[in-house]
Amino acid sequence: MAVYEHTYKPYAGKLTPEWSRFLIIPRHAYKDIFRSKLFTGFFALCFVGPLIFAIMIYLHHNINALLMLELRVRDLVPINAEFFQIFISIQGGLGFLLTVIIGPTLISRDLANNGLPLYLCRPFSRAEYVIGKMSVLMILISSITWVPGLLLFLFQSYLEGAGWFGNNLRIAVAIFLLSWVWIIILALLSVTISAWVKWRMAASAALFGLFMITNAMGIIINELFRTWIGSIISLSILMQTISDGLFGLRDSFDMDLNEYMIAPVWSAWMAFGLICALCLFLLTRKVRAYEVVR
Amino acid sequence: MDPVISLDGLGVKFGGRPILKDLRGELRGRAIGLLGPNGAGKTTLIHTLLGFHPASSGTARLFGRDIRTDAKSIRALVGYMPERDSFIADMTCVHFVRLMAELSGLPSDAALERAHEALFYVGLGEARYRKLGTYSLGMKQLAKFAQAIVHGPRLIFLDEPTNGLDPPARLRMLELVRQIRDSGHAHILISSHLLRDVEECCEEILIMKDGRIASYCNLEEERKANLKFLEIETRGDSDAFAEAVGTLGCEYALTGDHRIKVVMQDGIEIRDLYRLAASEGVQIRRLNYKRDSLEDIFLKAMEDSDGRL
Repeated sequence: MAVYEHTYKPYAGKLTPEWSRFLIIPRHAYKDIFRSKLFTGFFALCFVGPLIFAIMIYLHHNINALLMLELRVRDLVPINAEFFQIFISIQGGLGFLLTVIIGPTLISRDLANNGLPLYLCRPFSRAEYVIGKMSVLMILISSITWVPGLLLFLFQSYLEGAGWFGNNLRIAVAIFLLSWVWIIILALLSVTISAWVKWRMAASAALFGLFMITNAMGIIINELFRTWIGSIISLSILMQTISDGLFGLRDSFDMDLNEYMIAPVWSAWMAFGLICALCLFLLTRKVRAYEVVR
Repeated sequence: MDPVISLDGLGVKFGGRPILKDLRGELRGRAIGLLGPNGAGKTTLIHTLLGFHPASSGTARLFGRDIRTDAKSIRALVGYMPERDSFIADMTCVHFVRLMAELSGLPSDAALERAHEALFYVGLGEARYRKLGTYSLGMKQLAKFAQAIVHGPRLIFLDEPTNGLDPPARLRMLELVRQIRDSGHAHILISSHLLRDVEECCEEILIMKDGRIASYCNLEEERKANLKFLEIETRGDSDAFAEAVGTLGCEYALTGDHRIKVVMQDGIEIRDLYRLAASEGVQIRRLNYKRDSLEDIFLKAMEDSDGRL
């Protein structure tokens, strides 16, 4: 079917592997997203943090530089689990802002324009569609969380020596797992909200509100009933609990939690699983080629 | 050779309410028309064949593949043009069609090339870099058509393809459908409530009513069968003339108002009728080859349906 021939011909060329087709969605989405200079600038800023943390690691191992800056090693933040936890929490926060900017329109635009039948009438399943939409966020947030986090870890290991790597392998695992927990929560929540709330501003507000409201609710429940249940309702305390569990720390962010408010790590993981299951259930209700009106 | 579509007791229920009921039959035509009044189940049948709705009973096969077990491989063989406005906003048309081609499995470069070709083919070549949101209704229909054919499917579902089109655009759309039909590379299933569109393009018709198959007809065969079907308007004693026609061995029917329908037998020619009319003192004022129009077939099907082919 060449342009000048104007006849219909079937396609006889090779096809892409089925497993890779979900990646078509983020590839096309990025063309759209990175047309905005504002967003591109913000995304570039997200890499300032890793740069600063890399400089801090470098300073720890460069006496000449410390002398030039008239600093002592003890003046610097120690390079330990807390150092990497702070890094991931800062980058995770930036990931949240990225999600607020990109997330609300991921599915809502397709729903608003009845685009879903066009995706789903092809050899492309609902699961691939959702994974494709989630991977728009997953790839971006990965690039500013666990990827630079592990690079920093390797940088520190390189400068400190092989022994440090072996002794602190848990930190690397924690960086990777915590980032993914955060990425999955953000991606699932944002695509779910995007599927149910068609108006962009409302969807962004809902994502913000979800964190604010669950936080307030969690604290109120904890205070009223002197329990830790509220800590797994609050998404931010839930993430802190999982983070502390993974890094082997205890109430590292000093959120003024009383002893009875600190939820067991297993309960946080359970809550994480429940949130994922709820989001997936809501997505299966909404992501359909056609809505059946009963 | 496997039929294009084979229906094997297919039933679909929404919330316990039957929408499609025990559909059976085989369709083999190059261009198949799906007719029926609103709510007959045409779109639901297409959606079920695409795997959007699960079958509650029976099954259907496309090119021998079962919709219950091979939905994904079936969708690799089909193209679908939905009835409603369906597109992705803030995209240029070529970008949109390319995305759809890639989702069908074409590599990126081939998808871009085919997107350009498909858009030129449907007549949107000059407008392909415009955003879909700025397109007129007719252009959106053509863009939907382009995305349905970009990956070169073996079967193309067109759901009300001429909806909202002005007469020139409608003719252009029907011409494209006929071209694809005649190319022999793809089968087409057109769902429409516009009898004329279907009549102009299709050779096989499935008429649906209340979720059942009300009638099936092979238009090609009907056309051949109707070649000897005459409608005669007379002045004079029509009854006597009709009886005289009967003596020639032709079947006839008086339809009132001096009109007679006659099925010509082999060996009988028009001049024989004129001779007969002269001998009976009857004037033949008008004589037409008459075929049962699709409208007649459709209306008959609406009056009575047994649900089977």
